[in-house]
Amino acid sequence: MHFNLSEEQAMLQASSARFIAQQYPFEVRQQDVARANGFNPATWATFAELGWLSVPISEAGGGFGGSAADTMVLMEELGKGLVAAPYLATVMLFGRLIDLGAPESLKKSYLEPLIAGQLQGAFAYQERQSRYSLSDVKTTASRKGENYVLSGEKTLVMNGAGADQLIVVARTSGGQFDTSGISLFVIDANAAGVYTNSYRLMDGQLVANILLDNLTVAASQLLGEEGKGYELIEKVVNSAVLALSAEALGIMNKLSEATQEYTKARKQFGAPISSFQVLQHRMVDMFMACEQTRSLLYRAVCSVETSDADRSLHALKLMIGRNGRMIGSEAIQLHGGMGVTDELDVGHYVKRLMVINTLFGDADHHQQRLAQISLTK
Amino acid sequence: MDISFSAEELAFRDQVRNFFKQAPVSEVTALIAQPDTFKEGTIRWQKHLYAQGWIAPTWPVEFGGAGWTPTQVYIFETERVAAGAPDVLPFGLKMVGPVIYTFGTEQQKHRFLPRILASDDWWCQGYSEPGAGSDLASLKTRAERDGDHYIVNGSKTWTTGAHHADWIFCLVRTSNAGRPQQGISFLLINMTSPGITVRPIPTLNGVHSLNEVFFDNVRVPIENRIGDENKGWTYAKSLLAHERTVIARVADSKRRLEQIRQHALKETQGNHVMAQDPVFRSRFSEIEAELMALEYTELRVLAAQANGQGPGAESSLLKIKGTQVQQAIHELAIDLAGPYGGIIEGSLTSGDIGHEFGDQARKDYMYGRAATIYGGSNEIQKNITAKHVLGL
Repeated sequence: MHFNLSEEQAMLQASSARFIAQQYPFEVRQQDVARANGFNPATWATFAELGWLSVPISEAGGGFGGSAADTMVLMEELGKGLVAAPYLATVMLFGRLIDLGAPESLKKSYLEPLIAGQLQGAFAYQERQSRYSLSDVKTTASRKGENYVLSGEKTLVMNGAGADQLIVVARTSGGQFDTSGISLFVIDANAAGVYTNSYRLMDGQLVANILLDNLTVAASQLLGEEGKGYELIEKVVNSAVLALSAEALGIMNKLSEATQEYTKARKQFGAPISSFQVLQHRMVDMFMACEQTRSLLYRAVCSVETSDADRSLHALKLMIGRNGRMIGSEAIQLHGGMGVTDELDVGHYVKRLMVINTLFGDADHHQQRLAQISLTK
Repeated sequence: MDISFSAEELAFRDQVRNFFKQAPVSEVTALIAQPDTFKEGTIRWQKHLYAQGWIAPTWPVEFGGAGWTPTQVYIFETERVAAGAPDVLPFGLKMVGPVIYTFGTEQQKHRFLPRILASDDWWCQGYSEPGAGSDLASLKTRAERDGDHYIVNGSKTWTTGAHHADWIFCLVRTSNAGRPQQGISFLLINMTSPGITVRPIPTLNGVHSLNEVFFDNVRVPIENRIGDENKGWTYAKSLLAHERTVIARVADSKRRLEQIRQHALKETQGNHVMAQDPVFRSRFSEIEAELMALEYTELRVLAAQANGQGPGAESSLLKIKGTQVQQAIHELAIDLAGPYGGIIEGSLTSGDIGHEFGDQARKDYMYGRAATIYGGSNEIQKNITAKHVLGL
């Protein structure tokens, strides 16, 4: 039993920390996120050069074959730097779905350009009514000879406007809420019958609603077996939750440390405000919240594919939501008036945490899922 | 990053599991639960562990300990709690024992350690005083030299188990020069010494555990001093960090929460069991997540110790979170007991009425209020963390 990083993980951590320190100050981030698709293609090219796009992709898929812990290390650093890049959408969702779901013949054609930084992907799973349920799917896909015809609207698609290829969740059978009858299709984002309307979220990222209007898709674009897509979705979403939680932990630590530094420098009543006990105790609470969250992240990462996996994941996302909210609010409060300005980075980190809470189920949702597991006979 | 067990560790787990299966767990638990037989049950259980060679898991082998790795300690604790077996008393085995083998003389080691291991001596801790609680270093109990003895005068308070104890390890003032921390010495005092009086302090849970201890010209041989005169604070501090890790009681909280779960699946309200009550579910799962995190916080501390980093400032975090979780569990338990949580045993007990956990819930809740106070109050732990971890 140990919690040390491997040599490779330590190198990945060092290289990502170096990138943020040397090339990604807050001003650069603000410029990047304001660009057309919510990120800078040059930054993405750097990610490809550094090998980061291959980290969670299997060796068979041409990737590094990294573990959940490898991804964690990278995502935590990206969180600290508040990096605006579609890593989650293109690599963790689109890339992993292809890697785990596509036949060998198809894999390389997507994953090679993806790893080289030349292909952007997105995962269109949400719908207006579905909220946090992954099985609530109204979009339909009907078999017509060698093709499927897809109709419906997907909402809040991360990187939906910048993506070249999309993976769409559609129902091939069953009722609206059934886990069976769900299928995944890889489609060209520029195909006739695909209509994209983009908008921004509070963290600055560009998302899109994607309307599929009698879109014809070749049966060969089906990912996995017809009607059996739900299991694959759950598996990939679970690993995305781990990655996202690592990013959130990076942000929480950054906010906690920034608050300590600020209160040491800020003087009132002739003393640094960090010398006031009431503020010290609040910063200790922030610190403890970070450490407890780190413990759950380690637990979830170490529990992948064990009987403790689901419990750990729900507890983790619950705590990311709750502790993230607390740390964000406290960081603003302890920065005083500066905390509410747009100029200071604190508020931007807080907004990213708030968006993370709403991805793949918020704290309340995961708390209920945890209780379902624990409080049943 | 790896939490898997090796083949040897898995074999060890089976051995431990088997040991607890055959141990007289229910007998000693019943004895310990009753105040009249508490001491008898405790000693019987500790002697059982001693006979197996497992009474002191973390002590080095050369001093009679098991010399286990942190992983083995974790496995042992997990199995102990799963079996519902009691913990050992900390004062001798987890507190003064390590101080003696780390800082004591050869003669002290030979004299005290074997009797601690065999539970032949019952120890208590003389730290707090009426005027020295969180500000422990302001303690005033004096020890003045008289030939080859100290003459001790003063009083200690909140002394758990002093009425059972054969020995007390005490912080006493031997000098008023310099900072308060600089004039403190660490003495081992026989409780049968003339001039010692023990007076009980009745507490909210109705069970006698706390005492005041008065010292009136008590003669203590100089050979009973640990280490150097006026250096006692250093030895005491190393013990405090251990004490905090012990107080977290993560494994026990897991067991308590599981007991609540079992009760909630049976306890009804109207046409549903309490496990289906949305507010109960919310409170339960909030505690559960915090406890799942704490389990790994403890593992992280253990793993750091295995790397040679002693329990330092992070032990404050374990103490704060551990006791917060304990109290949240106590609160949930007494609320689950509902109107049966307030029953004091008379001609009927809560068990007679069919709510056997109500009485325990009340005692736990009341005694549990002390958890955030003893071992250095949680507010003091936050001060320590602010200063030594965050550098504020």
